[in-house]
Amino acid sequence: MPQIASKLNSKSQEFSDNADHMRLQVNDLKKVVEQIKDGGGEKSNQRHLARGKLLPRERINHLLDEGSPFLELSQLAAWNVYEDYVPAAGVIAGIGRVSGIECMIVANDATVKGGSYYPLTVKKHLRAQTIAQQNHLPCIYLVDSGGANLPRQDDVFPDKEHFGRIFFNQANMSAQNIPQIAVVMGSCTAGGAYVPAMADESIIVKEQGTIFLGGPPLVKAATGEVVSAEELGGGDVHCRTSGVVDHLANNDHHALKIARDAVARLNRIKPTYIDIKETVEPAYPAEEIYGIIPKDARKQFDVREVIARIVDGSEFDEFKALFGTTLVCGFARIFGIPVGIVANNGILFSESAQKGAHFIELCSQRKIPLIFLQNITGFMVGKQYESGGIAKHGAKMVTAVACAQVPKFTILIGGSFGAGNYGMCGRAYDPRFMFMWPNARISVMGGEQAAGVLAQVKRDQKERQGESWSEQQEADFKQPIIDTYEHQGHPYYASARLWDDGVIDPADTRFVLGLCLSTSLNKPIEETRFGVFRM
Amino acid sequence: MKTGIKKLLIANRGEICCRIIKTAKKMGIATVAVYSDADKNALHVKMADEAVNIGAAPSRESYLLGDKIIAVAKALRVDAIHPGYGFLSENAAFCRKCKENGIIFVGPPVKAIEAMGSKSAAKQIMQEAGVPLVPGYHGENQSPDFLKQQADEMGYPVLLKAAAGGGGKGMRQVHSEEEFFDALDAAKREAMSGFNDDIMLVEKYLTQPRHVEIQVFCDQHKNGVYLFERDCSVQRRHQKVIEEAPAPGITAELRQQMGEAGLKAAKAIDYEGAGTVEFLLEPNGEFFFMEMNTRLQVEHPVTEMITQEDLVEWQLRVASGEVIPKTQQQLTLKGHAFEARVYAEDPDNEFLPSTGKLRLLKPPLESENVRVDTGVLQGDEVSVFYDPMIAKLIVWDENREKALARMSKALAEYHVEGVRTNIDFLYNLATHPAFQNANLTTNFIEEHQDHLFVSRQHDLEPMLPVVSTYLMLKRHSKLQNKGVELQSPWQAGNNWRMNEVHEEILSFVIQNVEASVTVSIVGKLENNELQLLVQTSENEYSCQGQLVENSLLVNINGHRSKMTVVEHEQEYSLFTPEHAIKCRLLTPDLGIDDSDEHHAGFVAPMNGTVVGLMVELNQSVKKGQTLMIMEAMKMEHALKAPKDGVVTEFYYQSGDLVDGGAALLNFEANAAED
Repeated sequence: MPQIASKLNSKSQEFSDNADHMRLQVNDLKKVVEQIKDGGGEKSNQRHLARGKLLPRERINHLLDEGSPFLELSQLAAWNVYEDYVPAAGVIAGIGRVSGIECMIVANDATVKGGSYYPLTVKKHLRAQTIAQQNHLPCIYLVDSGGANLPRQDDVFPDKEHFGRIFFNQANMSAQNIPQIAVVMGSCTAGGAYVPAMADESIIVKEQGTIFLGGPPLVKAATGEVVSAEELGGGDVHCRTSGVVDHLANNDHHALKIARDAVARLNRIKPTYIDIKETVEPAYPAEEIYGIIPKDARKQFDVREVIARIVDGSEFDEFKALFGTTLVCGFARIFGIPVGIVANNGILFSESAQKGAHFIELCSQRKIPLIFLQNITGFMVGKQYESGGIAKHGAKMVTAVACAQVPKFTILIGGSFGAGNYGMCGRAYDPRFMFMWPNARISVMGGEQAAGVLAQVKRDQKERQGESWSEQQEADFKQPIIDTYEHQGHPYYASARLWDDGVIDPADTRFVLGLCLSTSLNKPIEETRFGVFRM
Repeated sequence: MKTGIKKLLIANRGEICCRIIKTAKKMGIATVAVYSDADKNALHVKMADEAVNIGAAPSRESYLLGDKIIAVAKALRVDAIHPGYGFLSENAAFCRKCKENGIIFVGPPVKAIEAMGSKSAAKQIMQEAGVPLVPGYHGENQSPDFLKQQADEMGYPVLLKAAAGGGGKGMRQVHSEEEFFDALDAAKREAMSGFNDDIMLVEKYLTQPRHVEIQVFCDQHKNGVYLFERDCSVQRRHQKVIEEAPAPGITAELRQQMGEAGLKAAKAIDYEGAGTVEFLLEPNGEFFFMEMNTRLQVEHPVTEMITQEDLVEWQLRVASGEVIPKTQQQLTLKGHAFEARVYAEDPDNEFLPSTGKLRLLKPPLESENVRVDTGVLQGDEVSVFYDPMIAKLIVWDENREKALARMSKALAEYHVEGVRTNIDFLYNLATHPAFQNANLTTNFIEEHQDHLFVSRQHDLEPMLPVVSTYLMLKRHSKLQNKGVELQSPWQAGNNWRMNEVHEEILSFVIQNVEASVTVSIVGKLENNELQLLVQTSENEYSCQGQLVENSLLVNINGHRSKMTVVEHEQEYSLFTPEHAIKCRLLTPDLGIDDSDEHHAGFVAPMNGTVVGLMVELNQSVKKGQTLMIMEAMKMEHALKAPKDGVVTEFYYQSGDLVDGGAALLNFEANAAED
């Protein structure tokens, strides 16, 4: 395969300006994550530890195989969303290796509001389950939660994608032989009681975990019966009498060991069906990506420079290199796994969209996973293009993306605006994983454009009414719109609302994609049937 | 080769029996081994042409049964019996019976054995022969003034000893004239109460004596030579640990003086065959006769290495009446040799023998410079019945420094699993600067115990990054790929975390001390080389390391070193240039399972010893009360009552050895009250 010859000059002023700018954003991201990692804070953590429990991240560390990476998802969930401080939405979710098998781990963080479920906690939990289901990952729930957040019950309980869906998913995943394992390491009350009850196998820590539909206060209120939590739903009761739980653990460490043993005997092996080669590191260092992305988001850059720092040996076999050049398509490998890459290199024209559709068909036919590197302001507009049928050509690409059954992975490396988001496998198109770089922005259109459109409408309105509108007035009108778009288009805003699976350091892109690709191989790739392409 | 001996019985076992068989084979002599029930598959049995079972495992029921052995010898028509060392080798009665039955005893005549059998009689003979003895008064005159006068003449310090004494009782060191009478009174009082006899001996007290012995050889034709000396100063409780030849720092003149004195001693008792005359050597070059061993010594190989002679061959030739193969003038001393005795024992636990199966036995490769005399094979059992010596490791090189370097290297390559060994201890000894500088005395081990015993070392800080790096590498090497990918990123073993550097707490035991460090993996290079950042409570270290077969290549803050590593049941010994470091990972506490109320939690966590039963049978105990204490891996484990109840049976008693996983006691919880 041909190797990309980088034209990047890492000694240039532009490079170092870009790199500094990106580094600032990455450092900010890491600072935020460091704070999130602390969970409910020092006091809350100490209280948790004093009960002889491990902190949720420590639980995950001990559950994982030694040295295993942990692909944490939705780290920024609920960040600056609620008045309450709910780091990571009070639940840690991610993929890691347990007994040699990639598993989805969902761990309540009892140090954050008792681990109660806010609307975004539910959304995050469901997203984790979706990923598990799409990639055939055994699920391990480390339960330590008081259940639904009662004041917000209307956003947590009744709807389709609310609390009840957790158990629906458990039942259906179990049906597909995607193992469901629950480890009760704290409270597991009311609806939460169904997590272990619905699990294929469950474990409880003695004198620490409790499971009941109604806790002691509710029991007292309902029937007057006075009973301790341990008597009502402790490990002894559930392992000896009720049969709700299968294994009684002595402490957190023991429970995690039992969980690891449970995974070890799942009798699962990753299926073989894909042509995998030896891994070769890229020819160029990943950190150089910092210098590629222009400080000024409006400036163009050659996306091949990014690809060269992500794929094995920087080798990239480009498809239709001379046609529809604003979309770069081609074959490469990441950690030895073959991939098709679809990357924006400018605005989408009819030719680029047709090329994209063709390439996606090709990869689907060959069962090659697809990676989308999004940096798209949208499809080209204007009379010439509309009459040339850009809408139907764009539709071809959107159809192809929507129907492709190969694993799809989307990274927002720049802008993600308008229909370009659809054609480039935005959230609605079910990529297995979707991540943003800290410099990326996502909205229906760019802030400037939106403000421009709205200002134009306003100006037309004013002019119809015979009013005048000064340049200054227009600018004052536009600024708040631009600000709102900037605010809402920011990766933290997006990630906090689970529009993606996380914000990543661009230098980690290759590794993250490698983990995602490897994870996706757990599920055999299905045949694709495309919808009707409008010719 | 012509010799009168055509068939030889070796009345011994283990390495010395194997060693004798080797020479016998070389000389074309047929060999007969004897063995006990415990040794029926032993190496010496396999090596011999014929082997005969002579009884049960305990030595007194087999290897010490002289009559039985002679009966075997007669039945199999052997010409000679080689007694080896230990067992019957200095048993005059056995020697006599051999002669009476017309069998050659490969050793000295009965009279010589008898003469040297009694220490006081031996000294008497030596004094008469003009062999220097430690100055002392051993007479009847017990007047305090007279004794003091004797002491004054010898010069202080002196040692007062009860004539009837032993075990240090009634013994006093006296460092000056002024202390003499007080010390004498005290010693007499002790002697009186201890032995009901307060007769005192006065001897010169040697403060920094070395143990230097002369190898002598005499034949039946009144010829005698000495094969130079060996230094066996390094001893623990009179057990030699490392021996060397020649003795460092001895001048040719002193060597000759001592050699001639040794020969004089041998001639004084009409000695024949191989013998060793032990002397105490003072720093000023004075030496004094201690005793004579009328057998081939354990440490004879060092002499063989420097003289390039086969002493067993000499023994067999001399025993069959030949003259000594070489004259004194023909004997030359070449290079330097060491012998280390590799034992199955636990240096950290008072050198208690360690028994068990030798699951792995991989000695260093033998060469012209490295010799391993052993009597065991992988899979053999180190039993309680015999000396737990696994092997003698002997090295030779052209000078002491090189030979010592070879010794430490060979020790680091010695790989034994299944029993504890003193290899780390020997390594610490061989690498000790004082040993390297040959500052040898019989007190060496006591004086340097902080360095030699891993459990007594204090400053572990510099070892933490090394051990951390090793443990991380070890873990890394165990990563296995499950599934189809050749190199899954999930297999990276890098502890990768999203948007953070993962700091892992690594807890381990190093030299029996628990330690914890924070480790982050900075990078992974080719060849599984790891770059780590290790933070201890005191410092931060930038570490890089790589495992190459049994070696660790490590670079700590820019200091590169290489060391051999040996694994022993999840425990690792790292042989740094200075030390052998022991370490193992700490596993998380999995708590105690008390769901089965009878045996719950009362299972031995690992092999160990019951130290104490803390309650009576059927005595009511409270929840949390300690029922039994076990000791394993130098740690005490208390077994506590999970509930109120009673112990109805202890399956083991205090002092019993327990296998890991064995149920220790039966506990009945009181019926719940509700």
